[in-house]
Amino acid sequence: MITTASSITGQNRVTLRKTLVSCAVLALALLLAIVVMSLIGSEPLPARASLCALASFGTTTCGLSRDQFDILFQLRLPRILLAAAVGGSLATAGAGYQALLRNPLAEPYLLGISNGAAVGTMIALVFFGTNEWTRPLLAFTGALLATLAVYRLARGRAGATPERLILAGVIVTTFLSSVIVFVTTLMDATRIRSFTFWLLGDLSGSSKKLLPVTIAVAVVGTLALTLHARSLNLLMLGERDAFDLGVEVGRVRIVVFVVASLLVGSSVAASGSVGYVGLVVPHLARLSLGSDNRISIPAAALGGALFVIVADTVARTIIAPRELPVGAITALIGAPLFIYLLRRS
Amino acid sequence: MRQDLQNFSRLEVRDLTVSYDHRIAVANVSLTLKPGEVTSIIGPNGAGKSTLLRTLNGQIRPSSGAILLNGQPLERLNRRSISRQIAVVAQEAELRFPVTVLEFVLGGRFAWASNAGWGWETERDLQVANAVLRETELSELSGRLMNELSGGERQRALMARALATEAPILLLDEPTANLDLSHQAALLALVRNRCDRQQASALVVTHDINLAAQFADNILLMKEGKTVQSGRPDEVLKPQTLRDVFEIEVLVDAHPVTGGPRVTPVHDTYRRS
Repeated sequence: MITTASSITGQNRVTLRKTLVSCAVLALALLLAIVVMSLIGSEPLPARASLCALASFGTTTCGLSRDQFDILFQLRLPRILLAAAVGGSLATAGAGYQALLRNPLAEPYLLGISNGAAVGTMIALVFFGTNEWTRPLLAFTGALLATLAVYRLARGRAGATPERLILAGVIVTTFLSSVIVFVTTLMDATRIRSFTFWLLGDLSGSSKKLLPVTIAVAVVGTLALTLHARSLNLLMLGERDAFDLGVEVGRVRIVVFVVASLLVGSSVAASGSVGYVGLVVPHLARLSLGSDNRISIPAAALGGALFVIVADTVARTIIAPRELPVGAITALIGAPLFIYLLRRS
Repeated sequence: MRQDLQNFSRLEVRDLTVSYDHRIAVANVSLTLKPGEVTSIIGPNGAGKSTLLRTLNGQIRPSSGAILLNGQPLERLNRRSISRQIAVVAQEAELRFPVTVLEFVLGGRFAWASNAGWGWETERDLQVANAVLRETELSELSGRLMNELSGGERQRALMARALATEAPILLLDEPTANLDLSHQAALLALVRNRCDRQQASALVVTHDINLAAQFADNILLMKEGKTVQSGRPDEVLKPQTLRDVFEIEVLVDAHPVTGGPRVTPVHDTYRRS
């Protein structure tokens, strides 16, 4: 029996080590992706000089021309950092919604929460066009309202069944889509094209001013949900059981609602609705590292950042010099996985 | 050290009334769970048995009456300190995500964590989990996924998780529903053992009158939210009372081994010509 005890204790250490190792590996891969992907694009950059400039954090040009330097530091790097923040935010939010709604299919885009944030952003654009700060603020409000709507619709007497949740998502999504169409008619024709791109998830027109905010929200939000990981682990096994075991269900629910809505709001305000990230990434994290949120949330955040950086690099290079919205790439990968998960559940 | 771990706890219910959906589910029920004793709630479907159990744990708010845990009103205690005193064994686990048996059982240690959010299980948490896995004969399955287990094994895992909380009060909702005879006996022995050796108290909601008759120290017989009778099994399980409550003819005789009351329903269709 003593051997069993030590093997269980060992298992705990293994879990801790697994967390640290997987997060370290993902963080390294993320750093590598940021560097490598900033060299890739329609305008080729000399690798050695670019690396040298990146290593100096832009303090020296290392022989890059003025244009090359600007492409690297004014265009590509901010866009890649934004991709990382958006990917991390959406993956963390997805993991949060999945635990809260006890459903591995919950995803901000599929539940209409991204659409809620999009409506908020559009209202900010139409009515407070010059004030950029209203965008994430109203996007957050929209995401929060959409989350509450889905949650209320999905909860029947028998709790939220997967079918009910998806249906609630369809209702909220389609309703908000018509609101979006309505608001679009209030815009002038010249903006509609860039707007359609943005709706599909587009990182090209991102605002420099909002980049630090988006990154900060991604980091703080991921930490906030990770710090509730044990409660979320129990919530995944049912609200009633979680309550029995000592989780303050009401408080944790509010934390997830607010934090996940903030994450979705800030990323939608910056880049539109990049779909399926919140589905694909947490699923892969759980598949490879298990369902323990103490591991899977930080891993999903790092993995989400990586995923969107790569997807966006594909989006901006595959038909260069023209670009695709990154949401088109993530949906191409995510939709088949969704079908697979739906068939299995 | 751990201040709120006591050898025993006392749960007292006074004049409890619970109503929801404009319907009174529990009406003026009083009962006391004493250390070392098993109390069983029996009664027909819809008698308010499960509602009463959920109210005792703070999940459902009573409309009037008091629930006192060691003399303190339940609503004044925080969630985690209640969970260190009262554990619930539900009928079925909801499993939408893959978790291992060990992870599942360690969930019972949540209320003991110094940090409610992050943080890892302590050596002691793992020792407790290991001990209850052994008690419930699940040690060999600890690395398996919960949804790969049989219904009976899952029920034992639910029991193991409740025992892992080390709570001195156990509330069990139909704990033997999915178990075969030998596992029923094993599970009841676990409950009995906690009561006898560690001065725990248990409240068991069951449909199995004979299980209650042989196993419980006290029985609370309920119908339509009200207490019909409460007391020792031989005081409560009288033919006339049972006939009135369950609306079926019954025969009560002495159990050949324990000598306690044994209830046999006698339905018209049982009589063969």
